[in-house]
Amino acid sequence: MNFADLFRATLPETALEIAALVVLVVDLGFLRKAALNLRVAVAALLGVAGCAAALWMLPFQGLGFVYSGTGELLLASGGSSAVAQIGILLLTALTLLLLADSTFTRHVGEYVAVVLMAAAGGLLISAAQDLLVIFIGLELLSLGLYILTAFAKKSGRSAEAAMKYYLFGGMSAAFLLFGFSYLYGIAGSTNLHQIMLAMYEWNAFRAAPLLYVSLVMIAAGLGFKVAAVPFHLWAPDTYEGAPAPAAAFIASVSKVASFALLISISTAAMHVFGGLNAMVTFEVHSGAVATQNYLGFAVSWSMILAVLPVASMVLGNLAALAQVSVRRLLAYSAIAHAGYMLLGLAYFSYTPRSAEAILYYVLTYGLTTVGAFGVVGVVERATGSDRLDAFLGLHKRNPLLAVVLLVLFLSLAGIPPLVGFWAKFNLFAAVLQVYPTGAGLGLVVLAVGMSAVSLYYYLQVLKRAYVMSAVDDTPIAVHPVTLAVLLLVATGAVLLGCFPALLQGWIAGFYPGL
Amino acid sequence: MLAWTIYLSFAGALAQALLPKGKPSLSRWLALIVALAGLALAVAGFAAGIPNHFARVIIVDVPWVSSMGIHYLLAADGISLVLVLLTGLAAVAGVLFSWNIELRTNEFFAFYLALIGGVYGVFLSFDLFLLFVFYEIAIVPKYFLIAIWGSTRREYGAMKLALYSFVGSAMVLVGLLAAYATSGSHSTGLVDLAHAGLPVSFQMWVFPLVFTGFAILAGMWPFHTWAPTGHVAAPTAASMLLAGVVMKLGAYGCLRVAISLFPHGMDPWGFSFLGVGSWRDVFAVLAVIGIVYGALVALAQTDFKFVIGYSSVSHMGFVLLGLMTLNQIGMTGAVLQMFSHGVIAGLLFAIVGRIVYERTHTRQLAELETMHLSKRLPFAAWAFVIAGMASMGLPGFSGFVAELQVLVGSWVAKPGWTIAAGVGIVVGVAYTWRALQKAFFSDAPPSAHMHEHGHELAAITVPEVAGVALLVAATLIVGLYPRILLEAIEPAVKTLLAGGGR
Repeated sequence: MNFADLFRATLPETALEIAALVVLVVDLGFLRKAALNLRVAVAALLGVAGCAAALWMLPFQGLGFVYSGTGELLLASGGSSAVAQIGILLLTALTLLLLADSTFTRHVGEYVAVVLMAAAGGLLISAAQDLLVIFIGLELLSLGLYILTAFAKKSGRSAEAAMKYYLFGGMSAAFLLFGFSYLYGIAGSTNLHQIMLAMYEWNAFRAAPLLYVSLVMIAAGLGFKVAAVPFHLWAPDTYEGAPAPAAAFIASVSKVASFALLISISTAAMHVFGGLNAMVTFEVHSGAVATQNYLGFAVSWSMILAVLPVASMVLGNLAALAQVSVRRLLAYSAIAHAGYMLLGLAYFSYTPRSAEAILYYVLTYGLTTVGAFGVVGVVERATGSDRLDAFLGLHKRNPLLAVVLLVLFLSLAGIPPLVGFWAKFNLFAAVLQVYPTGAGLGLVVLAVGMSAVSLYYYLQVLKRAYVMSAVDDTPIAVHPVTLAVLLLVATGAVLLGCFPALLQGWIAGFYPGL
Repeated sequence: MLAWTIYLSFAGALAQALLPKGKPSLSRWLALIVALAGLALAVAGFAAGIPNHFARVIIVDVPWVSSMGIHYLLAADGISLVLVLLTGLAAVAGVLFSWNIELRTNEFFAFYLALIGGVYGVFLSFDLFLLFVFYEIAIVPKYFLIAIWGSTRREYGAMKLALYSFVGSAMVLVGLLAAYATSGSHSTGLVDLAHAGLPVSFQMWVFPLVFTGFAILAGMWPFHTWAPTGHVAAPTAASMLLAGVVMKLGAYGCLRVAISLFPHGMDPWGFSFLGVGSWRDVFAVLAVIGIVYGALVALAQTDFKFVIGYSSVSHMGFVLLGLMTLNQIGMTGAVLQMFSHGVIAGLLFAIVGRIVYERTHTRQLAELETMHLSKRLPFAAWAFVIAGMASMGLPGFSGFVAELQVLVGSWVAKPGWTIAAGVGIVVGVAYTWRALQKAFFSDAPPSAHMHEHGHELAAITVPEVAGVALLVAATLIVGLYPRILLEAIEPAVKTLLAGGGR
């Protein structure tokens, strides 16, 4: 992979970076004296234009999704990476549009620039095939997110949340780097594909414990990014303290990027095993006697990944029951949703089925959660609070907003015919396809049971919005752009749920070679 | 053509949601027109089934998610047609009895029609995935109907109902996923799954799971407790629909999914404990307990609506018992009982919830005793006499034919069940009689309270008369000439018994 290839592969990232600089120049250079409204509009539109340019450049990356003999491959294109990148760009554009008429900061240009740079980090992560690129992408994304969390300068909670997020993030980055260094030490390469090959060919007798240590470290680092229990502690505080558009960005774009990375790792592991059963274990021969089993990369990785979803689903759903702040509720529900997706990763299969199901889940989850934070943001601005009682009588105060809330929350709860249901069904079907009995079935049973629990807390919010009478009847005004975004998201949740084959087929179209 | 029952209902729901606020009579008429159109379609569909002896007709079959073998497959056999007909009746009657809803009228009918659409969908789906989708669509409107427009402890009752339904449907979803994966992930069509040759050991665990999941919604003891609280909390039309059709969704799921896809789940275990030697025995015993327990508890209630609520548990026990007989007559009786109970329970709830409660503002039998309603509301009293006779299972009403068939069927299967269920019938007479006597024909002296507030009760309205007439006519027609439905049910049950859903 020479520099020309590399440049072509990073065209979308470049477009985003240029857009970020343009936004800064325009906002700080030309619009210094302009009204805040105008500055927000210009910055958001420029940001959206940057995302559009990056989208337009995606097909020109032109590397194809070739695995064999790609020891030098730093960035992949096509396949799951392309799906995730398109998702990241669209979700970034939506979160930028949510910025309309927001007043939490006067530094609009910087905000949009940081969002775009973080999104560029997300694009890098989704495509990365090399430990170093992964780490750089993660840091680029994470640093952006810390700044975004702290952006409401007047709010103490925002600063506190950013501090917590930063400290946890720094810690987890250290873990991740530590794990990567062991992995490099064992395999002698930083390329995912080469690492997997080395694992496969390599006599594991001595170094197996080292591999397990490294995998646990990596799981800790990446578990932090997706907010899986027990690495979830930052999520409720961050979701609560961050400005609403930033929280939407964290909850959607960062999730998509992290899961795309997890898919890359699992895909690399599966690919090396070829047509073999994914759950293969090796016997270690010492002398004539075959002694213990060596679990290879894929199996140990799956086993670690199977612990995280159990904890995440149970704790996320149960803790959400007790929340009175809707943002914290969404944070715990995000933890639970990460659990469902990790379940798909734990039972990742050689067929593209699992990758498709997880991508479908994370994209649609990102979409719904952007909408959910959009609604929370509007309500918060009108009532000054994100507590459950702030939603009292929403159906009277703004019927459209209430309908959007209804659709999105029911979708998160997994009620058909909304998209959240199909995402869950697809994911669980993919898990059971790999492992239809025993542990696989048990975990699916747990997941389905836990999603039954989740209906309760989503209904708690909807009950406030529809059932209980309002304390305050004054209508809530919504900026037309925000309303348009919210309606778009809600319509998407309904249409994609009624016609699941659309998105499903579109994602599957990216897998010609696998 | 029958598919339009679904589309019309959902379109009606959408139109209601978009209607401007503050035009209640427009909403009412729109809802009535949609419900009547649904009933007309259901009747036409039923009539169209007569010439070909109610063989299964495929209405729509288009691939929905072709990569996973999921089809949008609507079809109808005799059982579906009967239940679609019931849904049409219940929908019309429900609109008539909610004519007095003034609060957020258009939203009420939006949720109402969405619920009806989901119910039509379940009865017409022949793809398990599609059936499940419609089944879950029906959950959410129920919650809002009860929580917003309900009465006694409405938020509690609504949440309990929603969670019970959702837990039940989670169990069904596990069964659906497991069956789909075990059969090789090719198709979710009911017929395909029945042909898939699912292993006996698999059916052994998935049958009780799915059966229980559906039976929760059918009010099977000991998972029935949502039913009385939900019915009591619900507004009249919603309790009519709950008892009338929603509980039938559960029973229908037991029949169409659990029994026809996993027939080997009912095979004997090879050992028996206290005479119970298979899942079939387990569920039959639970059904019998439900019959007797529901009747006994109904006998002890002080709230008029709770009497009817528990009577529903008892009557639905007959449906489940009929299903577990696994013979032609018993299962035919079960399906007929679904129809019969749907009509009769709707009528009872309408009288108690709409005609009586909306005028007296109490449902306590002790207070109703002092009001001499037979003189002040003779229409209500005589309507309840008719409905009560139907509910007791007197000859001439639909309940008689249905329960008789269930009892004959269970006698063939296991006489012990019949004897126990017979006790339930006797108690059924007792609690109906008690409620009738206390609420309408008591000669207790009027209380001082009543003297002070002895205002005239509002006159009976035209929609109320129309609704009562519709439901009474339905139960009488089926009671006097049961062949009209039996001819539809019998061939469908026969095919089902002959080999799963094949």
